[in-house]
Amino acid sequence: MAYGPKVIDHFNNPRNVGALDKNDPTVGTGVVGAPECGDVMKLQLKINDANVVEDAKFKTFGCGSAIASSSLATEWVKGKTVDEVLKIKNTDIVNELALPPVKIHCSVLAEDAIRAAIADYKKKQEQNLDANEAK
Amino acid sequence: MRLPIYLDNNSTTPIDLRVVEAMMPYLTEKFGNAASRSHAYGWECEEAVEKARAQIGKLIGAQAKEIAFTSGATESINIAIKGAFEMYGEKGNHVITCVTEHKATLDSAKYIEKHGANVTYLPVNSLGQINLEELKKAITPQTILISLMHANNEMGTIHPIEEIGKIAKEKGILFHVDAAQTAGKVPVDVAKMGIDILSLSGHKLYGPKGIGALYVRRNNPRVRLAPVIHGGGHERGLRSGTLNVPAIVGLGKAAEIAMMEMETEFKRVRELRNRLYRGITKELDEVYLNGHPEDRLPNNLNLSFAYVEGEALMMGFKELAVSSGSACTSASLEPSYVLKAMGVGEELAHTSIRFGLGRFTTPEEVDFAVEKVVATVKRLRDLSPLYEMAKEGIDLKQVQWNPH
Repeated sequence: MAYGPKVIDHFNNPRNVGALDKNDPTVGTGVVGAPECGDVMKLQLKINDANVVEDAKFKTFGCGSAIASSSLATEWVKGKTVDEVLKIKNTDIVNELALPPVKIHCSVLAEDAIRAAIADYKKKQEQNLDANEAK
Repeated sequence: MRLPIYLDNNSTTPIDLRVVEAMMPYLTEKFGNAASRSHAYGWECEEAVEKARAQIGKLIGAQAKEIAFTSGATESINIAIKGAFEMYGEKGNHVITCVTEHKATLDSAKYIEKHGANVTYLPVNSLGQINLEELKKAITPQTILISLMHANNEMGTIHPIEEIGKIAKEKGILFHVDAAQTAGKVPVDVAKMGIDILSLSGHKLYGPKGIGALYVRRNNPRVRLAPVIHGGGHERGLRSGTLNVPAIVGLGKAAEIAMMEMETEFKRVRELRNRLYRGITKELDEVYLNGHPEDRLPNNLNLSFAYVEGEALMMGFKELAVSSGSACTSASLEPSYVLKAMGVGEELAHTSIRFGLGRFTTPEEVDFAVEKVVATVKRLRDLSPLYEMAKEGIDLKQVQWNPH
């Protein structure tokens, strides 16, 4: 597979690799994909009271473009509000990384990972509210 | 060291310079048509072709007359399967082959199915072996042909050709062997192994591309195959078309060299292959060997590196030229059908890498490859959520995934 320089850069120097505490109520974790499909992305977002993404970490099992797509996603979400983050589209990732057509699903997976992480964060926040009300 | 290091010798081999030397005169001043009977240009080429025929015959224990030239193993296999079905289809319409065969065999089998053949595709076990009892049970009075590869091109497992040859002979069934991976590397003897038809390719044994040979037994039994390519009646009518003399000379020379050096090369390459395997597994856990540990090609190592995807691995060790069974590297976006047939889970098929060593592989290259593989796998495992989960003790098979 002949990749553009941006994919190769993200693959060789992935940004924000690592893990955040998944039990932290301010951390949303999204895990998408499946091992038998050849790609699994885990994206974690730490979101502050102002609804801004303070930190993002990822780990990805997958091809070079899957790793690059998730690495790019962590760069893009940092400093954005939740609403802004949800506006990131897979096509933005495709354009930025110049992904070939057979690799578009990697960008879809990255978008799904962002959405899954936000959904997990929101669910945790609601549970927290419920718990507080119960007190 | 020339980078990237070529470790894809199951795909193709570099041409041996001794082969190039033998071919040169036939690419330049000896340009005749081997079929020209009226002048010296033709005669010298015909003579060269007959010499090559004998060299190839000698490599596999056949007579020169039993060798026909084709464009490669794919064409030879096509003639063997389609040609046998066309010639013997009235006697019976049943053909036996195996699920892990090369696409040349599987697609030829599918082609004859469309023309009335009934094909049995034998399954393999987790080591890539067929069960000989199942083979015997699959035989019917209608069976005219068994077509199997000597060794598998992806995971290297060798079929017990001699035993299968005996079974075929007992039942009076023709036996075709695809020896693309073994001819010139592992001893092949058509008499001892009971082979009636054999396919081989020049570029897999350090010869030129675009040339192959088809062995067709002339005695006990005399095998007849219908041609696939029609024309001037070359190669006793089996394969028409002006002979590719330089390539034929090259294939002959390649066969002669392979025959002379097989014993030492077999041991040397196998030791290098084992050195690669030892070096990798000494440093890394959860590396799985695909194919049979002993009954396998001496030059082939197919490994699954759990938790890291094959294409990413190859991007990581870009100094190595290898191939992968991962879907991401195939046009079909499906992981290797060969590994799948062996019951290798798709999650492991995606992580497989095939290393193919060869005549020109050096110990330094192997040690360099070990270093690159180990470093890349470690780096990508640190990046892998699956590795993280496995280290936390999570059973990945029990996880509810979200396939997309």
